Amino acid sequence: MVVFRNRLKEFAIKIGMGLVNQTKLITAASELSRNMLRYAGGGVVLIEIINGQRQNGLRLTFTDTGPGIPDIKEAMKDGYSTGKSLGLGLPGAKRLVSDFEIQSTVGKGTTITITKWKNG
Amino acid sequence: MKLDTAKVLQKRKKQILELWMKNQLVDFSLREDLMSNDELAVQSEELVNVLLQTLDNGNIEDVQSPSFEPLYEVLESISLSRAKQGYSPRETGTFVFSLKDALLTTLQLEIKNDPQQLLEESMKVSRLIDSLGIVTFETFIKGREEVILRQTDEIAEISTPVIRVWDGIVAMPIIGTLDSSRTQVVMENLLQEIVLTSSSIAILDISGVPAVDSLVAQHLIKTVSATRLMGAECIISGIRPEIAQTVVHLGIDLSGIVTKATLASALRYAFSLVQLEVRKSNVK
Repeated sequence: MVVFRNRLKEFAIKIGMGLVNQTKLITAASELSRNMLRYAGGGVVLIEIINGQRQNGLRLTFTDTGPGIPDIKEAMKDGYSTGKSLGLGLPGAKRLVSDFEIQSTVGKGTTITITKWKNG
Repeated sequence: MKLDTAKVLQKRKKQILELWMKNQLVDFSLREDLMSNDELAVQSEELVNVLLQTLDNGNIEDVQSPSFEPLYEVLESISLSRAKQGYSPRETGTFVFSLKDALLTTLQLEIKNDPQQLLEESMKVSRLIDSLGIVTFETFIKGREEVILRQTDEIAEISTPVIRVWDGIVAMPIIGTLDSSRTQVVMENLLQEIVLTSSSIAILDISGVPAVDSLVAQHLIKTVSATRLMGAECIISGIRPEIAQTVVHLGIDLSGIVTKATLASALRYAFSLVQLEVRKSNVK
């Protein structure tokens, strides 16, 4: 987790992301990677630098082959948790980034793609 | 003619040792900065001695044989001490595997006319040394793990100091990420100190926490609740601007907790709670 966060920070600094957005992105990424570790027993994160909207951004793709999320709508609600956490991970992460996409198949796994623009 | 490999090798001990030392001294992985050549010679001799003593024709094919216990013990202690001295796994591995060269060369000289037998005996020796190599690695890793464990303990110990800033006020700076096990330590130390000093106010400073996500926040909330159960007020200080924005976006509700931007303002608030006042002295 710590290694991943530092790595992400390097990328964010490389494209010149501000401190606030850096922190937002890192926090969102830390929520999602923790979910992967806790519920799916691990997964893969792809970090990409993307161009568009006249500025650079970072796109992270979290892929796991865990149990999947049966009810995405419910999972995106504040305070909903199947574990004992605050239930803010998914909805919180969505609020922290510019773009949030989630796909999940029960029994197959979950893929979440988040995008954060340099000034967005 | 059946040849007794163990006997042959024992007879040629001196030669083996010389060969082995020669191999090691020309190898690029020789680390004179970590161990002098004399020490290396002593270590090598010890290993060869015990190897040849424990070796007989009965057990040469059975690497699990209990008669090899003393050999493994010596090997383990060598490997452990090397791990702690800072040898790389490759260097320690080369140390053991280079013995194979010496043994095989000796065998080759001894069994000149019978390729079949040479092959058979070489295989046996080779398997034995491979097994020794595995033991070396296992122990090497164990040695490194011990170092890591010790460091983890030390970090846990130094990372959660409780400071008595004033009579009845304790402060605890948290540095690094708060995970479940650290929260446990933080909470234990803080509660213990509150009892010891009969403090009524505890300040948790999170300036050194790199990211506050929902799990860290949850841990903070738990610590604050526990402090309150002890009858003390808990203030969280060191909330940086970017952390504040992130926490708001995450939707974490910290409104029930007194939070301050800096340790100084937390201390000022604490003073006001216990009706203390800091004033410039008028005495010139």
